Amino acid sequence: MLSAKDVKHIASLSRIGIEDKEVEDYQKNLSTILDYFKELEEVNTDGIEPIGHITGRDNVSRGDLRVEKSELERNAILDNSPEKKDDYIKVKSVL
Amino acid sequence: MIKELHEKLIKGETTSVKLTEEYFEKIKNRDKEIQAYLTLTKDLAIKQANFIDEKIKKGDEIEILSGIPVAIKDNICIEGIRTTAASKILDNYIAPYDATVIKKLKEKGAVILGKTNMDEFAMGSSTENSAYQITKNPNDIERVPGGSSGGSAAAVAEDEAVWALGSDTGGSIRQPASFCGIVGLKPTYGRVSRHGLLAMASSLDQIGPLTKTVEDAAIVLSEIIGEDKKDATSAPSFDKRYENYLTGDISKIKIGIPKEYLEKGLDEDIKNKFQEAIQQFRKLGAEIKEISLPHSKYSLSTYYLIMPSEVSSNLARFDGIKYGLRVDDKESSGFKENGIPRTLFETYLDSREYGFGSEVKRRIMLGTYALSAGYYDAYYLKAQKVRALIKRDFEEAFREVDFIFSPTTPEVAFKIGEKTSDLLKMYLSDIFTIAANLSGVPGISFPIGKIKKDGKDLPIGGQLMGKWFDEEGILNAAHTFEINYSQPI
Repeated sequence: MLSAKDVKHIASLSRIGIEDKEVEDYQKNLSTILDYFKELEEVNTDGIEPIGHITGRDNVSRGDLRVEKSELERNAILDNSPEKKDDYIKVKSVL
Repeated sequence: MIKELHEKLIKGETTSVKLTEEYFEKIKNRDKEIQAYLTLTKDLAIKQANFIDEKIKKGDEIEILSGIPVAIKDNICIEGIRTTAASKILDNYIAPYDATVIKKLKEKGAVILGKTNMDEFAMGSSTENSAYQITKNPNDIERVPGGSSGGSAAAVAEDEAVWALGSDTGGSIRQPASFCGIVGLKPTYGRVSRHGLLAMASSLDQIGPLTKTVEDAAIVLSEIIGEDKKDATSAPSFDKRYENYLTGDISKIKIGIPKEYLEKGLDEDIKNKFQEAIQQFRKLGAEIKEISLPHSKYSLSTYYLIMPSEVSSNLARFDGIKYGLRVDDKESSGFKENGIPRTLFETYLDSREYGFGSEVKRRIMLGTYALSAGYYDAYYLKAQKVRALIKRDFEEAFREVDFIFSPTTPEVAFKIGEKTSDLLKMYLSDIFTIAANLSGVPGISFPIGKIKKDGKDLPIGGQLMGKWFDEEGILNAAHTFEINYSQPI
């Protein structure tokens, strides 16, 4: 079973805050599912290539070009951001 | 149904505005109980309906979907319309663009009634994971409509929309279609562009129709397929018209029955109805053959590794910065008393803790763990290898048979609340549908009968899976069954 420390570490990697009282629930639930995965160990996959793309399409590329957008289109995007300054999305300080 | 309405429109027996208003009236009367819709788009709908009516009046030709009311799952973007994916984290999100499928539908003149309820970010099998409301199954309102496209399925079953769009990552179109007694099609991976679909698990997601008849599913599919530069996985379509392949003749085809699907966990009543359906296919001239998909018992665990891994990556974008909910203001959120988060990291933690529901958080954490240093080979890579074996099973099966037939679900719609406390039990309702996503093949669920439970008639779905990009084959087989044996709702 995952330890409380494991769960807190995974939550932090996932950027999800958790309350102390939730830790035990996550320990139980995540461990149940992880245990279920163990059945995959019995499958012999020697020499099997992992699936990359299921219908075998190749990479599709496009030019890395700037596309001009109207003010209306710009605002539709900016208006969705929780905090903006002028025409920019405001990001909080990292440290 | 779509064809009949189309005829009525062009003959002037009704107008699109009239039809649209009738549907809003139905929604007004019935949706208080069913709760299929999250957002109604009446202004958009009436405007479109008026435009189509003008065209008809002028004697212009209209497209088959023109003027016909449709419901859209709330994880598909419509420009200027709130798009939540039934999550609090997108509570105030207004989509700045149209998904490719929406662009196509608008061009074809479809009338969009609104956005339907779903499990948050399409994660669930009952629509109980919505942050907003619990959708009821129209066949018995004490039961779930299935999920994650439960709102779309319930809206169509209750005739609160002529048809609907859903998305299917592990069964999310086919399972609710089966529970509600309608038709649901998951096309081949790559058949329909997902640009503008809120990504859940990108190697599995596919958009498809929920309809009242198989013919309707064929008509809709013809309108939404196509290669799209904005979805690199989408495949060329050659403008196929699927409804032209519905011959009603399956006399030379071979249908495989995977023996592993009938082994355990299958409800007796479903088993009986399924055997009956096999006999019916026989009577229609199909050859029935037992086949084996030896790795199918591993599909659920493979799926529950690959899907959360991709979920953890796809949902990293919800960070409280670019769009969606930000929680860092104790005044308005009432969240965490100990002060305002000051750093970016704290904002991430708080926004995602408050914005995501428990199933979503669980899957993000599970995927993060499976992809984290030291575990990648044992989990994700192993699962991708088993997935290759599952795909190989299908390749081998399709050398012997044209289609694979199974029940869509191991049991009928369950009661609301019945499985919320047992995760694995909930996950098991996708046991027959996820292999099609893992292998990429198309699958269709259609009604094969009903059973009585608690005095209510509950529908049972049958699933046909076909070869990659052979939607016309499974559509014709399901259509042939339907016109001979099903009583459409």
